[in-house]
Amino acid sequence: MLELRSITAGYDRKVPVFRDVSLSVAPGQAVGLLGPSGCGKSTLARVAALLHRPDSGTLLLDGTPVRRWRHRAPRDRRTAVGVVFQQARLSADPRLTLADLVAEPLRATGRREEAAGRVAELAGAVGLTTDLLTRRPHEVSDGQLQRACLARALVLRPRWLVCDEMTAMLDASTTAALVRVVEDYRAATGAGLLAVGHDRVLLDRWCDRTVEWASLVPPAATTS
Amino acid sequence: MSMADVAAGKTGTRWRSRAGDRRSTRTLRLRTSVALLALTVLAVLLVPPLVRLDQQAVDLAAKLQAPTWAHPFGTDDVGRDLLLRCVYGLRVSLLVGVAAALTATVVGTAVGAAAGALGGWVDRSVMRVVDALSSVPHLLMGIFIVAMFRPGVWPVVASVALTHWLSTARIVRAEVLSLRARPHIDAAVSGGASRWRVTVRHLLPGVLPQAALAAVLMVPHAMWHESALSFLGLGLPTHTASLGNLVQEARGSLLAGHWWPTLFPGLFIIVPTLAVAGLAGAWRERINPRRRSELML
Repeated sequence: MLELRSITAGYDRKVPVFRDVSLSVAPGQAVGLLGPSGCGKSTLARVAALLHRPDSGTLLLDGTPVRRWRHRAPRDRRTAVGVVFQQARLSADPRLTLADLVAEPLRATGRREEAAGRVAELAGAVGLTTDLLTRRPHEVSDGQLQRACLARALVLRPRWLVCDEMTAMLDASTTAALVRVVEDYRAATGAGLLAVGHDRVLLDRWCDRTVEWASLVPPAATTS
Repeated sequence: MSMADVAAGKTGTRWRSRAGDRRSTRTLRLRTSVALLALTVLAVLLVPPLVRLDQQAVDLAAKLQAPTWAHPFGTDDVGRDLLLRCVYGLRVSLLVGVAAALTATVVGTAVGAAAGALGGWVDRSVMRVVDALSSVPHLLMGIFIVAMFRPGVWPVVASVALTHWLSTARIVRAEVLSLRARPHIDAAVSGGASRWRVTVRHLLPGVLPQAALAAVLMVPHAMWHESALSFLGLGLPTHTASLGNLVQEARGSLLAGHWWPTLFPGLFIIVPTLAVAGLAGAWRERINPRRRSELML
């Protein structure tokens, strides 16, 4: 269970982006989060991925509260949540080839020897050819890069997946392909999914449950 | 050919012709810099082993001779050949310049990257120390450092390096801070990378071009500092031919109307430093074409 309990977070303690937001994702469940631009969906996604320390509130992974964030979080907790960001271009290190990009989490966690096999397996799953794997981010399209980023998020077999507007910049067929990869992975492993987006049609079809951002924010706390 | 291609071709040529002038000056500057620098390096590397002349050979009969074919740069007040002295002096000055610039860059990069990557109170306190150190004039601090040791090449290197890592530390920290906020660092953290790995594998490679550029720009600056220290009599021992020492020794004869012992070592300070700065400027324009570069020293 990934539970966000009355989270208040933002980039300035005095002016939080949102207050008292609660949301939970059960194992195997797919939750869609719909909201307008700038409402704080991505910040919530970063909190869920242990990348941003909230000002207050608790994040529970399997019932245990998270006390340390980013580098300070124990490695197995950090890697329990895989993340795919909206802008593939910015979320890929420009110096790494796609193969290195996908293998990077394995190398970072000292599982170097698994890299070759796992990269080949995931490349097949997300539809990256061996030629593409040798290229660097500036030599591939956004869609191809996002496929690599999804493969990177799956490489450590996370128990939850946070997709922050994963398909916002992509065409319909790539979107369908990526959603299929995520669903295949979830079917195989029973991972939970938090899909953040603004496309109601997509999220309704993709997720078991779609929540509106407005319904998460307590009415008293809406400041603007 | 489609309409779009035609339009693109047209604007393409127009852009070329307008930017052409600027580009040719740029190329000229780059080529001159490279040629001068190559000449300097060749002179410094080849002359001492090939030309078996003693730069210390004193010939009092030929003292203070104006430039002639036998002594193209003239002779100094004890009859030593100035061309040879200048080449040897440049050798020492370049050695000090390069060694000091490298040391300063390594120290500055390490401090800047640590401050930027760790952030928080570490960053704040380290940068306050940097601010405090940079508020002391470089030369004053440099004099203080050389004064603690016996005169020699390495104290001068240390003096220049220890006063010049501050700007590199600032540049590197700023770059690291801007890189750190990018999603690919988030992705690395989420992929289980340790702080060390994020810094070494993802942050530092992004900063390296800037740090290398800072190092190259530091070389002329370090040469000037060496010359300044030697001119003040605090740098290299007087018997070692360094450009600063040469100018310092020649000071007396300048008043008597002997211009060559100051002019040539002076040119030897100016020309290589301008060449290095020109090269670094061209390089900077390459990695950051939006900023038009003036000569940066």
